[in-house]
Amino acid sequence: MANFSTNEFRPGLKVMLDGEPCSILENEFVKPGKGQAFNRVRMRNLSTGRVWERTFKSGETLEGADVMDHTMEYLYTDGEFYYFMDPVTFEQHQADKKAVGETHLWLKEQDTCEVTLYNGTPLSVTPQNFVELEIVETDPGLKGDTAQGGNKPARLSTGAVVKVPLFVTQGEVIKVDTRSGEYVSRASKS
Amino acid sequence: MTDTRQRLERIARARSAVRDFFARRNVLEVGAPVAGARAVTDPQLESICFRVVNETRYLQTSPEFALKRLLAQGSGDIYSLGTVFRDDEQGRWHSPEFTMLEWYRLGFDHHDLMDEVESLVQSVWARVPAVDRVSHQKLYQEVLGLDSLSATVEQLKACAQRLQDCPFTETSRVFWLDLLWAIGIEPALQGRACFVYDFPIEQAALARLGASKGQTVAHRFELVINGVELANGFWELTDADEQQRRFEADNLNRERLGQPRVEPDERLLQALHNGLPDCAGVALGFDRLVALSSGFQQVSDALALSWDRA
Repeated sequence: MANFSTNEFRPGLKVMLDGEPCSILENEFVKPGKGQAFNRVRMRNLSTGRVWERTFKSGETLEGADVMDHTMEYLYTDGEFYYFMDPVTFEQHQADKKAVGETHLWLKEQDTCEVTLYNGTPLSVTPQNFVELEIVETDPGLKGDTAQGGNKPARLSTGAVVKVPLFVTQGEVIKVDTRSGEYVSRASKS
Repeated sequence: MTDTRQRLERIARARSAVRDFFARRNVLEVGAPVAGARAVTDPQLESICFRVVNETRYLQTSPEFALKRLLAQGSGDIYSLGTVFRDDEQGRWHSPEFTMLEWYRLGFDHHDLMDEVESLVQSVWARVPAVDRVSHQKLYQEVLGLDSLSATVEQLKACAQRLQDCPFTETSRVFWLDLLWAIGIEPALQGRACFVYDFPIEQAALARLGASKGQTVAHRFELVINGVELANGFWELTDADEQQRRFEADNLNRERLGQPRVEPDERLLQALHNGLPDCAGVALGFDRLVALSSGFQQVSDALALSWDRA
């Protein structure tokens, strides 16, 4: 892997720090008057999700991390691992629960998502911004409430619970924003 | 970003305000060479050099040496508002090419000059926050609980380590003081405007040394607003022999850091030998002043065309 100097640290660059793959979030050049120049850097540890703050002497280098995002199709879970397939090579990858994290709440079989591979192994999984999922359980809606607003919890096929308007009923498919976990609309009929 | 015309007007108005300010005080504007035959020796400053008419020239990192030579020739109070260059400095508050306002006042000490810097800043920035004054020692004491004049490398290192993981092996006090500035002091100065004065002697640069409450300090100051260093001033060193020793010390440090030697400016040394009048001088980042006073979020907005688009 190539080495990157502090002046090449841009948001999104993946580098190795203390043996862990990290993604640069922010890089600020600071130079005390007539003194040593530093770069104050915030980066996310891609294994733990934790944000690290580190200061480097300007010109110091870090090794690039072999981290790549791939669009993959979610296949299934056996309860321990989640399986994904590269639609181009048909290569399958198994991700453990740590890598999938909360994303399992938005994974429907055959949906596509972003799988981040580190040295060829899934490090994290990011769902699409919007997914369409079926409501498997919610209280019956009250007639005439369409204009009034108000909402109720609904359990989706993946186990996620989202707040939906009162007029939405069990068995319907809804569109959800996975970044906020919020209901967007009823799914378009296809 | 603000509309281009508004931005350019802000910059132009600030230039006029500066010129009016010094005209009222009978300080003369002079143009200093942009490309000098010599460069600064300071290991933390990289001059850009190039060949022209078969000789090496250096884009000046500040007009300091030129202005001091004029002072020694009897110029009287002078200022320069011009472009300077520093290699390897780029960021939110840094641009390799920027505008520096630098001036010298005969018979002033650094406290007199702090008064004048404050007035100058007010003439450009009517609603500048109230500026307080704190010694370097007191500031480090308040923010980090250590004595910046006497703390050992081990104490500085332990303090830095409490703030952040710091895997550095440097063994000079200056390095750790700089690091503590970057990770401890500067963040603590957000929302505050202050002069920091009387620096540890290792950070004297071109300031004279003197006594303060029984301790030897460098008579240097900085104006810091919202963590941004706006100005750096000295009660100037006028002793040619001491100046020569500092040039040599800089070159020893350069050698240690694996940097090329920089030949000392013999014309400046000659000027000091001939006699630099007693004076204080300050360099102020003009673009930073325009940016801060206009509410710009980065220094590049205070340049007509930023470095990226030059």
